[in-house]
Amino acid sequence: MIQVRHVTKKFGRATAVDAATLDVAGGESVALWGANGAGKTTLIRCMLGLLRFKGSISIDGFNVRAEGKHARMLMGYVPQELGFHDDLGVAEAVRFFARLKAIDVPSVTPILEAVGLFGQERKRISVLSGGMKQRLALAIAMLGDPPILMLDEVTASLDVCGRDEFVTLLSRMSGSGRTIVFASHRIDEVATLARRVVVLSKGRIDSEMTCDAFVASQASNTVLHLLMPEAARKPAISHLIAAGFSPSLNGVGVLVPVSPEQKAAPFRLLAEAQITIDDFELLVAHPTTHANHASPEARA
Amino acid sequence: MNALATFPASRSSTQIKPPGFLSNVCTVGLRELRDAVRSRWFILYTLAFAVLGLAVSFVSAAGAGNAGLSGFGRTAAGLINLVLLVVPLMALSAGAATVASDRERGMLSYVFAQPVTPFEVLLGKYLGLAGSLLACLCLGLGVCAAILAWKGHATQPSSIIWLAALSFLLALAMLSVGVLISVLARKASVAVGTAIFVWLTLVFVTDLGLMAGAMTMRLRIEELFAISLINPLQVFKMWSLHSGEASLDVLGPAGLYAIEEFGSALHAMFSACLGAWIVLPLAAASLILSRKSPL
Repeated sequence: MIQVRHVTKKFGRATAVDAATLDVAGGESVALWGANGAGKTTLIRCMLGLLRFKGSISIDGFNVRAEGKHARMLMGYVPQELGFHDDLGVAEAVRFFARLKAIDVPSVTPILEAVGLFGQERKRISVLSGGMKQRLALAIAMLGDPPILMLDEVTASLDVCGRDEFVTLLSRMSGSGRTIVFASHRIDEVATLARRVVVLSKGRIDSEMTCDAFVASQASNTVLHLLMPEAARKPAISHLIAAGFSPSLNGVGVLVPVSPEQKAAPFRLLAEAQITIDDFELLVAHPTTHANHASPEARA
Repeated sequence: MNALATFPASRSSTQIKPPGFLSNVCTVGLRELRDAVRSRWFILYTLAFAVLGLAVSFVSAAGAGNAGLSGFGRTAAGLINLVLLVVPLMALSAGAATVASDRERGMLSYVFAQPVTPFEVLLGKYLGLAGSLLACLCLGLGVCAAILAWKGHATQPSSIIWLAALSFLLALAMLSVGVLISVLARKASVAVGTAIFVWLTLVFVTDLGLMAGAMTMRLRIEELFAISLINPLQVFKMWSLHSGEASLDVLGPAGLYAIEEFGSALHAMFSACLGAWIVLPLAAASLILSRKSPL
C-alpha cells in the first residue's frame, strides 16, 4: 500500500530523514518510534507530499509528488495539534473538508457521533478541548473512508484521560482493515495500535520488528519519573543510589531507570525513608537519548 | 453509532476520485470570502470607505454646485485620491494576512494534506478575498452614489461604475502583491508590517521620489512617464483621469506627452500595466508556495 524508497529530506544542513526505505502492506498498522528529532514527523509529512524530498514515495501506486491529489485522497491525516480558524464552527469545518475531498455530507451528526462529538455541531472550534479537537481531526481524517490513516503524535497534547479515550477510539478503527501509520512516543499506544514498529534514529531507519518484540525490547528501558518537592529530591537521590539505583534529577523530580521487576522498589524505599512522592509516571527511554530526555513529559 | 458503523471497511483506490481544480478553488474561495466578510476589517474598511467617500463627495459637490458626480469634476478627483489611499491598504493587508496566518496556526499544512494543490488553495484564497474587496468597494461607492443622488446631486452612473471597476483592478493588483508578501513571510505580523511598508512606499515615497528624481536626475519626459507606469497607483490615477472627462494634461508635461505620443493606446497600456501587477506577483506567489514547505 505504501512504498517509501531511499527518501532523504534535509532542512538546510540538517538531515531529518536519511535514505529511508519502508514498505507498509494494506491493513497493516505501523508505528514510527524514535526520540525527538528522529525523523518520524518529517517522514509522515513526506508521505503526505507536504515536503519536497529526494527519493520516491508511492501510495497504492500513486506517486505523492506527481499525483499528490490522488495519493492524498487515499489518506486521512491527524496532526499533533489542530490549528483551525477560531471562529469556525464544528459542522462548518467538517463540511469544508468534506467538500475538499469531494464528499457529499447530507448530515454531519453521524460523523461527529462516531468520534464522540455528538451535540457539538454548533460549537465553535475555539471552545473545544484539546481532546475534542483531536476527535474532530479524526472525524475529518475519516471522511470518505480513506484506506490509509496517518497519525502524527496525535495524543502528545492530551491529558491522560483524553489520551486513553483517543487510543481506544483509534484501536476500534485499526481493526477495520485500514492501513495505519503513526508516530508515537508512548509505549502503551504502540502496544495497543501497532502490528509492526519501525525504529528511527537521527533520520535513519535503525530496525523494524513486530510489536511484541519491540515491547519486550523496551522493558529494559523503563524509567520511573517521580515527582516530588524540591527539598526531597536530594535525600531521595542519596537513598536510591545507596540501594543500587542510578537516579538523576530533572526539573520537577527524579528519574530512576528500573527493570520490569523493580518498578515498585523505589516507592517502598522512599516510603521507608519518609520521603513524599507527589506523583509518578512510567516512561520509556529511547536508546539513543539520555534518561533525562526520555519523553516530552520528562523534559518538561 | 460507533466509528466502524460510520466508517465501514475501506474502499479501493480505484473507487476514489479526487475533486477537480474548479471544485477546490470554489471551496477554498467561498470559505475565504465568508471568513473575510465576517471579519472586523471588512466592516471597518467598508464603513470607513463609505463615510470618507461621502465626506469627499459632499465637500466637492458643495463647491461644484449641482454638478455633483456628473462629469469628471472635483468629486471624482476627490474619490480617486480616496481610492488611492484606502484601497491599496485594504487589499495589501488582506492579502498579506491570508497565507501567513494560516501557516502560523498550522492550518496551511493541514489543508495541504487534503487532496488539493498549492495553486488551488492560493487561487481560491485570492478569489475569495477579491470577492470581499469587490463587495467592500461596491458597498462603499454604491452608498456614496446613492446618498448623493438622493440629496439632489446629479450623478452619472457610468463614471461611478468606471471608477469602481478601476478601483477593483487596483485592489486586485495590490491583493496580488499582498499574497506574495504573505507567501514569503513566516509570520502574519511580519507580513502585515511589510504590507504597510509597501503601501507607504507606493503612496508617498514613489510620488515624492518621482518628483525628486525628475529634478535631480533631469529625467526626460518619456523616462518620467515610463517610471510612473511602474507604480500601479500612478497607473490607476492616470487611467482614471484619462477615462473620465478630464485630460491627462492635469498631470503636467508627462500627461501631455502621454496623450500626444500614445493617444488611444493609453487604455491598452494602462490595462497591461495593471494586468501585469495582478498576474506576476500571483504567479510568483504560486511558484514559491509550491516549492516552499507549508509548515
